[in-house]
Amino acid sequence: MSDTGEPILVVKDLVKHFPLTQGIVFQRTVGHVQAVDGVNLELYPGETMGLVGESGCGKSTVSKLIMGLEKPTSGQILFEGKDVAAMSRRELRRYRRQVQIVFQDPYASLNPRMTVGNIVAEPWDIHPDVVPRKERPRRVRELLDLVGLNPDYANRYPHQFSGGQRQRIGVARALALRPSVLVCDEPVSALDVSVQAQVMNLLEDLQDELGLSYLFIAHDLSVVRHLSDRVAVMYLGRIVESGTHADVYDQPAHPYTQALLSAVPVHEPALRGAKERIVLTGDVPSPADPPSGCRFRTRCWKAQQICVDQDPALVDRGQGHPSACHFAESVEIVHTD
Amino acid sequence: MTERQQDSGTEPAYGGDSPTIVDSSTAEEQRTEDVTVAEAGGEIRQASLWSDAWRQLRRSPTFLLGAGLFLIFAVMAVAPQLFTNADPRQVIDLGLSADPPTGDAWFGYDIQGRDYFANVVYGARVSMIVGFSSVLGVLLIGVTMGSLAGFYGGWIDSVLARITDVFYGLPLVLGAFLLLSVMQNRGIAQVSLALAIFGWMTAMRLVRGTVVSVKDADYVQAARALGASTWRILTRHILPNAVAPVLVYATITVGLFIAAEATLSFLGFGLQLPEIAWGLQISAGMGRLRDSAHLVFFPSIFLSLMVLSFILMGDALRDALDPKLR
Amino acid sequence: MSQTLTTPDISGAAGAPVLEVNDLHVEFRTPHGLVRAVNGITYSVRPGETLAILGESGSGKSVSVQAVMGILDSPPGFVTGGSILFHGQDMLTMPAAQQRVIRGPGIAMVFQDALSSLNPVFSVGHQIGEMYRAHQGASRREAKAKAIELMERVRIPAARERVNDYPHQFSGGMRQRVMIAMALALDPEILIADEPTTALDVTVQAQIMELLNDLQRDTGMGLILITHDLGVVNEVADRVAVMYAGKIVESGTIDEVFTAPTHPYTAGLMSSVPQAETKGTRLQPIKGQPPNLAAIPPGCSFHPRCPHARIGSAAAADQDCAGDVPELREVRPARMAACHYSEEIFGE
Repeated sequence: MSDTGEPILVVKDLVKHFPLTQGIVFQRTVGHVQAVDGVNLELYPGETMGLVGESGCGKSTVSKLIMGLEKPTSGQILFEGKDVAAMSRRELRRYRRQVQIVFQDPYASLNPRMTVGNIVAEPWDIHPDVVPRKERPRRVRELLDLVGLNPDYANRYPHQFSGGQRQRIGVARALALRPSVLVCDEPVSALDVSVQAQVMNLLEDLQDELGLSYLFIAHDLSVVRHLSDRVAVMYLGRIVESGTHADVYDQPAHPYTQALLSAVPVHEPALRGAKERIVLTGDVPSPADPPSGCRFRTRCWKAQQICVDQDPALVDRGQGHPSACHFAESVEIVHTD
Repeated sequence: MTERQQDSGTEPAYGGDSPTIVDSSTAEEQRTEDVTVAEAGGEIRQASLWSDAWRQLRRSPTFLLGAGLFLIFAVMAVAPQLFTNADPRQVIDLGLSADPPTGDAWFGYDIQGRDYFANVVYGARVSMIVGFSSVLGVLLIGVTMGSLAGFYGGWIDSVLARITDVFYGLPLVLGAFLLLSVMQNRGIAQVSLALAIFGWMTAMRLVRGTVVSVKDADYVQAARALGASTWRILTRHILPNAVAPVLVYATITVGLFIAAEATLSFLGFGLQLPEIAWGLQISAGMGRLRDSAHLVFFPSIFLSLMVLSFILMGDALRDALDPKLR
Repeated sequence: MSQTLTTPDISGAAGAPVLEVNDLHVEFRTPHGLVRAVNGITYSVRPGETLAILGESGSGKSVSVQAVMGILDSPPGFVTGGSILFHGQDMLTMPAAQQRVIRGPGIAMVFQDALSSLNPVFSVGHQIGEMYRAHQGASRREAKAKAIELMERVRIPAARERVNDYPHQFSGGMRQRVMIAMALALDPEILIADEPTTALDVTVQAQIMELLNDLQRDTGMGLILITHDLGVVNEVADRVAVMYAGKIVESGTIDEVFTAPTHPYTAGLMSSVPQAETKGTRLQPIKGQPPNLAAIPPGCSFHPRCPHARIGSAAAADQDCAGDVPELREVRPARMAACHYSEEIFGE
């Protein structure tokens, strides 16, 4: 479903460096945290693009940049071919309607002092032309119903709901402006296993029903595999491998992807010990001082001199999908049969 | 696809008449969780903050005592006639000058032979007005500056923080004293203004702290992602979090500023005659302290009780609103 | 409410249990009502074996081991029944001083949040060494030497140089290693690990689990692993006890429980997790929300969410899921489940 037509959202060479400053009144910059360093993504209508990576890899910064909550240091975000940074006020308002976000923490993402009805209706206070005032109570009920909540609960406060229910409220708010793209930033990672599956099903149902495109950001590889059509793997501010879910999960070419997949615990006793575990040594280097050349080389068992000298580009190296490794080689990590 | 326009016709129509996807699981399944106890410890989150606080306040002797005193003084300020028939400005008999309390005149007479009870009762009004209006000024300055500093951060924050530090260096009464000493007229407005100008710093820090701690919360980010204006984000999402701490602070500060006004008036740099104010009464009585102690005693008692009422209420409020103590 | 007091011997490990928890009850008395966090759980751990306690938030899994460690917030938390036997001695009835003697060297614990469990103002070497100084009266120099030795044992690189570093100078994974080093200092017979890898990335999680496995093999200690992650349980545990609403609803060996669950909750959990095979299909989640421990449903506490619940006239005598509490009983050889209809649902 991915390669049909034009991408709805394109991220081009996106870079975000946060300055590290010292001093109180007269601040001077003593360095930069390279949170995102040259990320390219394309999101097609109706598809789910998974973005996986461990904490600190920059995946959440990507979502903030797309949402305009942070300004990129360089690079572009194109929505339907138009650069978001060059948009007029009016265009930007339209962009806000079209691209919405669901946050990770269902406790922090809802204002505890507002009723659920007010939370879901707030987008219409900001964009009053979407739904006429008289219609709003009815539409709130419809949205709550749509995400599987009892519409009679519109007058309750967030603390009266459990985590999974709150996450549904967050989804309802994001849908209020009828977006075409939903950025989901770890939407299920704070939820219990049994509830996580409910919310994943909901997201899938909504996509089928409403033709939404998802940028699904998560650290849980199993969750991303279940929902995504295509997947990109991030490490230390860069994408190291991308492709269809089958490419990335069944034929990973980058050593980091391989290590990541091998580290995921399997759930069936029969598969216990069936896969070869690649246990990485050491920690992720600081994004304020990333290694030269390939950023993964400090933890990589394949690293050679060329990895120090040359930054590997994210290109197809004969595996049928792009990977950023000089020594890319497909390996089947998880045997599921 | 690229030229899809914004008219809603081409947009996915949903939330229409038949929103069919109700996840099989939940809709019918929500009867059990009126209060979600997060972990076994029973961490019950706020938002029921105010109703919980009210329930606790109603049972707090500290609050009831403070509120009782406050009510009496409030009525006294609004309608002093309810407490006394005497006119505080009417000289009854100069011969009664500074006479001690009797059955007719409960608080005796002042130096000019006027009913002292009426004078003390009528003094409540000025104290109340100065207390509330100066705190109102403090909140205006403090909330504005705190919001600006906290929300924008960076150099604005640095500059405002330094200004605050400078004002902190000057004691409230001394600062107001200096400002008032160069003023021609020193009425209620001037005294309130002087107190506000030198008393806003704590409010600013309180608000700034709250804004800083909340401005990166996900629900604020969500509002920003929706395109909400700065004003809306501040007033709807950030500042409501500051209401509780500011209310506690303001309650106590009303009391403190009433005392400060009395101090200024006593020193001769606050309110001026013919205003009826406790500070002035105490000041006038000081000369006769040896033979007519009641002239100092009664206004002092009233002043202390009024200040006490605000401090008691503020203390009780703090206990009730601070979830950590529960 | 009382459950079978003895767990049948279903472990592969030999020897008498080091730790036995019998019919433990814990409740929290909060201003908003009584929260029954643990309602009669029984388990035991033998040397060298790993028992996983699996449960979601609010299942009481953490509280059950806090009671064992004597670190329950009290008030509001109170142990209201049961016994905790360490080598046959009931820790709940012994004086506090004696409990401390057992807990230091006998049972140690590793927490989820390593950063807040370490004191930020002391170096990690000092904090590890403190265990020796407090319990064995070691000198400053000896304690430091021991600390370095332990840091090497938990594979902290350049331990000698890092012994004087402070907690904030370590990464999350390294801090968790420091916590494990502190726990191992006195050679405990039982190590309790409460969600030790939940806050960590998956590659670091793999490192820590491997470390715990190796350490257990070397020392022969019993390990109690508290977690919500089915994958972690499958990879490292010998036996598992599944908790729901303060009770154990199923227990047995990993191979058996994970291959063929005998309680609807366990089965539901397993089908909730996305797998390679579930790609392209709908997940089969458990409906509804986890229970509120302040208002646990009567009867089987899982019945409001159970797809097999039989209520009223549909139920057999004394087996109404909404009214009769199911006992934890042996439904198959060496398999315990607390479900009236386990055999009918899952077969004999």
